[in-house]
Amino acid sequence: MSDATADPRMAGARAAPKSRMRLSWSDPTFRSIIWQVVIVGIVVAIAWYLVSNTNRNLAARHIATGFAFLARTAGIPIGESLIPYNPAEDTYGRALIIGVLNTLKVAVVGVVLATILGTLIGIGRLSRNWLMARLTGFYVETIRDIPLLLQLLFWYTILQGLPAPRQSLHIGSAVFLSNRGMKLPLLIWQPADTWALIAFLVGLAGTVIWNRHARAKQDETGVRPRVWPVALGLLIVLPLAVWAVLGAPLTIELPVLRGFNFQGGGTISPEYFALLLGLVIYTAGYIAEIVRSGIQAVPLGQWEAAGALGLRPGQILRRIVLPQALRVIIPPMTSQYLNLTKNSSLAVAIGFQDIVSIANTTLNQTGQAIEGIAVIMAVYLTISLSISLFMNWYNAHIALVER
Amino acid sequence: MSQTAVAATTRSTAVVERPPPGVLGPLAWLKSNLFSTWLSTAVTLALGYVIVRIVIGFVDWAFVNAIWHVPYNAQGVPDTSVCQNAKGDGACWAVIVDKYRLILFGRYPYAEQWRPAICVLLFIGLYVVSAMRRFWRKELVLIWIATLAVIGALMWGGILGLEPVSEDNWGGLPITLILATFGLAFAFPLAILVALGRRSTKLPAVKTLCVVYVELIRGVPLISVLFMASVMFPLFMPPGINVNKLLRAQIAFILFAAAYLAEVVRGGLQALPKGQGEAADALGLSYWKKTAFIILPQALRLVIPPLVNTFIGFFKDTSLVLIIGIFDLLTMGKVALSDPPWQSFSTEVYIALAIVYICFCFAMSRYSRGLERELGRAHRR
Repeated sequence: MSDATADPRMAGARAAPKSRMRLSWSDPTFRSIIWQVVIVGIVVAIAWYLVSNTNRNLAARHIATGFAFLARTAGIPIGESLIPYNPAEDTYGRALIIGVLNTLKVAVVGVVLATILGTLIGIGRLSRNWLMARLTGFYVETIRDIPLLLQLLFWYTILQGLPAPRQSLHIGSAVFLSNRGMKLPLLIWQPADTWALIAFLVGLAGTVIWNRHARAKQDETGVRPRVWPVALGLLIVLPLAVWAVLGAPLTIELPVLRGFNFQGGGTISPEYFALLLGLVIYTAGYIAEIVRSGIQAVPLGQWEAAGALGLRPGQILRRIVLPQALRVIIPPMTSQYLNLTKNSSLAVAIGFQDIVSIANTTLNQTGQAIEGIAVIMAVYLTISLSISLFMNWYNAHIALVER
Repeated sequence: MSQTAVAATTRSTAVVERPPPGVLGPLAWLKSNLFSTWLSTAVTLALGYVIVRIVIGFVDWAFVNAIWHVPYNAQGVPDTSVCQNAKGDGACWAVIVDKYRLILFGRYPYAEQWRPAICVLLFIGLYVVSAMRRFWRKELVLIWIATLAVIGALMWGGILGLEPVSEDNWGGLPITLILATFGLAFAFPLAILVALGRRSTKLPAVKTLCVVYVELIRGVPLISVLFMASVMFPLFMPPGINVNKLLRAQIAFILFAAAYLAEVVRGGLQALPKGQGEAADALGLSYWKKTAFIILPQALRLVIPPLVNTFIGFFKDTSLVLIIGIFDLLTMGKVALSDPPWQSFSTEVYIALAIVYICFCFAMSRYSRGLERELGRAHRR
């Protein structure tokens, strides 16, 4: 700040010829430095003021800062968890990890389902069938105009209003939908399944290698060896054969109604189901618009030119149109994936225990408000950053390589 | 496909944003396209069947079998047994008839509820006036300040013989509109400053601050910022100063919206040809003159459609204050549902709330699209 108080006229007049900056208000470099010092100074002063207030308030309320509470026993009951959890023994740290896993569980499944549904609706809007185009258009217009939170509450109430397990809606005796959520048959994992999975992965590697070989061959001779028979053999026949050789064991655990609730089978809780339903239906509306504009961004001449070269419709779509459409689609799609992930924080309103919900309970129980919110923010920043990095990499991968 | 192309070229003066193939042309053409191939015919028939079934079912539920009024007993408690019996067959709109004042105006004194009602109309009038290009002048700022002052006077009261009403008793639609309007009115100037800061090449420290601010806010969900406002903000203040919860949420909302708006504005700044700034420099304009008279008017015009889309997003996002216990429209809907007789009629309430939100958002998105077409035409000329 001493620069600002120095008399600029004196210093400016006697500036050495070599110095690039004069201490004068008419010197842009000098001015920019002053501006920056002033603005950064104001920001730092505000921050210092807030921090000092906070420290005083924390001291007055006898709240210790720091993350030591993470090692204390949580005692938060958690309904669904991907890892074992016992509220009587496990710590806040573990509870928060469960929250992160639950958030990821919603985000990953939601992104996949929303992409599928959104793509179908986006293509539907381009349909030549008037009814199809109008119906999907209506969907997109309506669903995007209703707040997501309202939609979540709506779906949650609908799911809670379903009949009790005894009168549940069902498909055969395998899938049951009741106010306790959705019950699905569960595949009991066995060693043979592991081997079949390994065989599938080997097959996948083999297919990729064969595909490379086919491309090299095509570049060399102009004739492309067939890929699909090899892919079929490696990806489907091979794992099935391995599984059959090991005795084809298949144990499926069906949900069975005992007393007032179901036993066995896999469960999708009403909270998770409502959250997933709301997020997927809402985000699909946005993804549909992205897909539609992406496909429309490819000029018609591209289809016609490819057709004139004798490519088949499937080939045109895969080799000509999609690569160009994806370039338009990927960046806005990335922000939709990020939005979906961030919107999953609304879980707290319907009682699904994601990271926000668990961190909120934690900060209410321990009084560690700053740490609790820092945890929430750190988790979302990490997830957001990872998604952006991955999508940027993918975008660079498919971007137009110009000379 | 070729037919579409022909249609598009012949009508190219009128059609800017080309609708999806299949919605263009006269009705006869559409009809022929409903049954063009066997697949299309199958889709039409299947969809037609489903739509007819759903529409008939909905009309039956929402209108034919709906119940609009229920008897009240001597204590004024509604007897909802008629609705309970009709559940599943007919909607119980009686819950809306009974609760609409509570949902729209919250706990504002019943006799004084004409005041928030006028405020809602003033807000809508303000939006309509701001939407008209005729009013895009400096006077618009004055109109905004005057209207917001009148709204404040009406809501708080205490002058001109109006009974004072504490903001703790505000609720419903006015809260939603206040959060959205004040939020955007304050976020927008902040967003412009942040966008300019992020674009500046001569102030690296300021640029860093702006980048960190924007990326930090955009990386976290709105809920976490609202939580911050509700539980951390009191810690930031010196002892003895209590900031109202609504104001805290409003500040959080402004800070959040500004980061998103800043990115939209930055898009406009980037899209503007560099020559505009260089020409202004060559004329010897100072930075602020150049920015205010050359850069911003053009850059903001470029981004009006995405700005309106962002506005729509934030209008919907105001509903998130439910989670920190502020009585906006959605929260009042939930409060209405907590009344025991009406507890099981949430579908009706949620549909009514959705219609209110759709009215506002649909109007904005229609406006945005119309404006895009209009501005696009001017741009092409």
